Amino acid sequence: MQIVPFLVVAWVVVAGLYGIVTSRDLIHQIICLIVVQSSTYVLLLGVGYVTGGVAPYFYDIPLHTKAVDPVVQALALTDVVVEAAVTALLLSFAIQAHKRFGTLDPHELAEFKG
Amino acid sequence: MTSRQRLWFFAVAAAGLVACYLWAFAGLPGFGHYPGPYGQVILNEAVKQTNATGVVSAVNFEYRGFDTVGEEFILFTAAAGMSVVLRKLRGERERQPLDETDSAAAARPTQTGSAIRIPALLLVGPTALIGWWLASHAQANPSGGFQGGVILASAFILIYLSGEFLTFRRLSPVALLDAVEAVGAAGFAVIGLAAVAQGFPYLYNYLPLGQTPGAVSSSGTIALISFFVGLEVAAAFVLIVGELLGQSLLRQRSA
Amino acid sequence: MDQLYALSVTVPLVAAAVILAARPLFAEHRRVLDLAAVAVSASVAVMLLFLVVRTYGADSTYWFAGFRPVHGIAIGIDFEAGPLSAGLASLGAVLLTGSMVFSWRYFSRVGTYFHVLMLTFLAGMTGFCLTGDVFDLFVWFELMGVSAYALTAYRPEERGPIQGALNFAITNSVGAYLSLTGIALIYGRTGALNMAQIAVYVNHHPPSGLVVIAFLLIITGLLVKGAIVPFHFWLADAHAVAPTPVCVLFSGVMVELGLYGIARMYWSVFGAALGHQAAISRVFLTLGLLTAVTGALFCFRERHVKRLLAFSTISHAGMFLAGFALLTPLGLAGAALYVAGHAFVKGALFLGAGIVLHRLRSVNETWLHGRGRRLPVTGVIFTVAAFGLADLPPFGTFLGKGWISGSAAAPWLTAIFLVCGVLVGGAVLRVAGGVFYGLGDPPGEDPQMAAEANEETGETDEARQRTPLSMLAPAAVFAALGLATGIAALVPRVAAGLEAAAARFQDQHAYIATVLNGATVTRAGPGHPVAPAGVTVAAVVTALCSVLGAAALALAALYWRRLPLLRRGYEPGAGLTVAIRRFQSGVINDYITWLVAGIAALGGLLAVAIH
Repeated sequence: MQIVPFLVVAWVVVAGLYGIVTSRDLIHQIICLIVVQSSTYVLLLGVGYVTGGVAPYFYDIPLHTKAVDPVVQALALTDVVVEAAVTALLLSFAIQAHKRFGTLDPHELAEFKG
Repeated sequence: MTSRQRLWFFAVAAAGLVACYLWAFAGLPGFGHYPGPYGQVILNEAVKQTNATGVVSAVNFEYRGFDTVGEEFILFTAAAGMSVVLRKLRGERERQPLDETDSAAAARPTQTGSAIRIPALLLVGPTALIGWWLASHAQANPSGGFQGGVILASAFILIYLSGEFLTFRRLSPVALLDAVEAVGAAGFAVIGLAAVAQGFPYLYNYLPLGQTPGAVSSSGTIALISFFVGLEVAAAFVLIVGELLGQSLLRQRSA
Repeated sequence: MDQLYALSVTVPLVAAAVILAARPLFAEHRRVLDLAAVAVSASVAVMLLFLVVRTYGADSTYWFAGFRPVHGIAIGIDFEAGPLSAGLASLGAVLLTGSMVFSWRYFSRVGTYFHVLMLTFLAGMTGFCLTGDVFDLFVWFELMGVSAYALTAYRPEERGPIQGALNFAITNSVGAYLSLTGIALIYGRTGALNMAQIAVYVNHHPPSGLVVIAFLLIITGLLVKGAIVPFHFWLADAHAVAPTPVCVLFSGVMVELGLYGIARMYWSVFGAALGHQAAISRVFLTLGLLTAVTGALFCFRERHVKRLLAFSTISHAGMFLAGFALLTPLGLAGAALYVAGHAFVKGALFLGAGIVLHRLRSVNETWLHGRGRRLPVTGVIFTVAAFGLADLPPFGTFLGKGWISGSAAAPWLTAIFLVCGVLVGGAVLRVAGGVFYGLGDPPGEDPQMAAEANEETGETDEARQRTPLSMLAPAAVFAALGLATGIAALVPRVAAGLEAAAARFQDQHAYIATVLNGATVTRAGPGHPVAPAGVTVAAVVTALCSVLGAAALALAALYWRRLPLLRRGYEPGAGLTVAIRRFQSGVINDYITWLVAGIAALGGLLAVAIH
């Protein structure tokens, strides 16, 4: 059980990248980008876990209870919200692509070649 | 590259990437055995130093507050970027929502069913309240500006879901949202600059820390920063959703 | 004046927010907005130059929120500046100020968003250069990236910007997420996010797979940003379509920031732990030279002026990486000087292309042949800058390249640099001669390239009869600054100071001492011999050969149809380059495949190098 979270990380990354590489639809590609980023959340939270630790909130538990790492949680928290906004930006590119090119297929989008 | 070539090439490359990952994971200390000093030091010091019982928020807004300024501005920039990319261009016009009433009833979109309308409208108030509460209690429990802001934004989106798109638009004018978002973003940065003005390093916690850890009035600048972040995140997401909805519902090429 | 560290990043951020909030007011008073934006970026440039002067003798550190390290454990975020890092940031700020002046009349009908995005880009650049914390590096990297994606797509009414922005955004985002993976890995092992603290930890333990792969993944995002082969495909697509003032920044500073990040990660964090300096140097040297040659080949075959300049940036990025990869202070100083000189002349070239686009409504070299005669001043600036790009002494590019070659003391390196310089310089001089002076015949009409170039119908609304001063002045100033950096570096004290700064940058002990113990280190440790940096005869001879070769190549490219001898030599080359150009397919799926392949290959190479 010790290595399963890390195997999940590797699997999610490859799945996301596979999606981007074989995609024929821009929206699908952008969602696969989210999948790739999700793997980083799993890794961040995975490396910070402490067996038998509680959540690092000491509102009603004694102060020196063993808790998991708060730093990775803080990093992941801000990242999730920011990623949603950046994805929205990319989706707006996809909307304009559909309007200009008439298609969402990345292969048709190649205005510039060579 | 043809699709088949690309797929084979990628398969080989991905195998190499996974091998790299596994080689790296072999060096990690194993799941559940976080070794490092950073987390431990923060856990030991945070409540004493900041009077905040929500250690994650303390990390976000105090110890690593400067990072959070940057992240907040990424959000700000993404929303501004969307406004650039989805702006009204030459050759496009906005379909006036009232145009619908002129044409025959057949062109009118179907009325949203009561099963959605009523719960959505009922939930708007509580959702906004919860979002506000979360944004202002970062120092106590698993709340914070980011979480609260997103839920506050979803209160607005519920209005759209209940079929009142025009109300949604009227309640979220772009200029006002831009201003609120900017106040939220700049507010955070300016709180830090106020520390500089007093001779402290940037983002030093100069407000009184309060008596009880985790109380609403404790933790100095953490609560204040979290509130501004909540404002900014809420405004940014309402702006984003409004832009995207405007694209699909209002924007069309002129004939 | 420690507070300058915080102010240099927060002032542009607050200004951007204020501009967005006051948008309705500014819409009527465009000039006020332009002035405000120029003033903010100029003030940031001044702040950063002040920091360069202040850290000339010794690097200094600034801890945010007052959390200083306790027993060698850093709990806050720090900024650590030296002449090289602050200098790169100030270069960016100066370029941005010039671009803002250029865009004064460039966009006649634009909202306030352009200024907002440029200011957040400035903040991202500054934070990236000055930070001493790996996650903070990632945050500023993302801010720069998001601003850049939005700026690239600034004219979504055309097809090119959308494709360019998408390719740019998806490729850079994948790179950034892989970097974050590396950060998580190294945090999982060391429990630290501060660069100096990580360095202390990894030095005490033998290099495991984790350290190698964490290093590789962290620099993946930086390699993508730095446009190193095979991560470079996005750059040509993005530069061809971004508004001209934005291209100045992309080519002049953004690519170089990626390479700076790699240098910082290697020297300040992982270098000592990885060991095997000769092998690692060989790996990166190969990458750099491969990039230089690829960029140069693609550059010469281009007819779209902005895309041509973009490929030349790729070529130069390879040369900068080669300079870093030599792992000597002279090589690093040479690369730094080369970066400065290149940024200014490339900026002048892009602004010249922007003026042409504004006045003549085209960037198609074939169509523009001879039409640039109407723009005499622009022609002079462009030609002077083109010679600067071809390493004419005493431009900064000449001396920087001379130091790099001198540091390597390997004739094959000098030869490769010479070939790349001739190809790139020849391409730019061909454009200068053909467009502005009507020399020779127009280059061959490649129908697909013509179609691409004709997409650029102009970034501005009306073509004017005379080029406004606000567009000519920045171009001229940049060309002059390119010359000035070279002349300044000829002064022995400046050259010695630059090399000493580079030696300090490479000294990890000094870095750790400065950050964690607050020490003031004025000279690098004994393990860093400093070779004298000056002008050698070899450097001058090589540079003159490069200039003459470039000029000859340009003339050959312009006149080959009239000389039967040349015609026989020219045709075979065409077939080869057509085959190479098929790699740049424009499809994101291909780019990502190459990215993954590149990382896997690099991982394998590093694994071999370590054992």
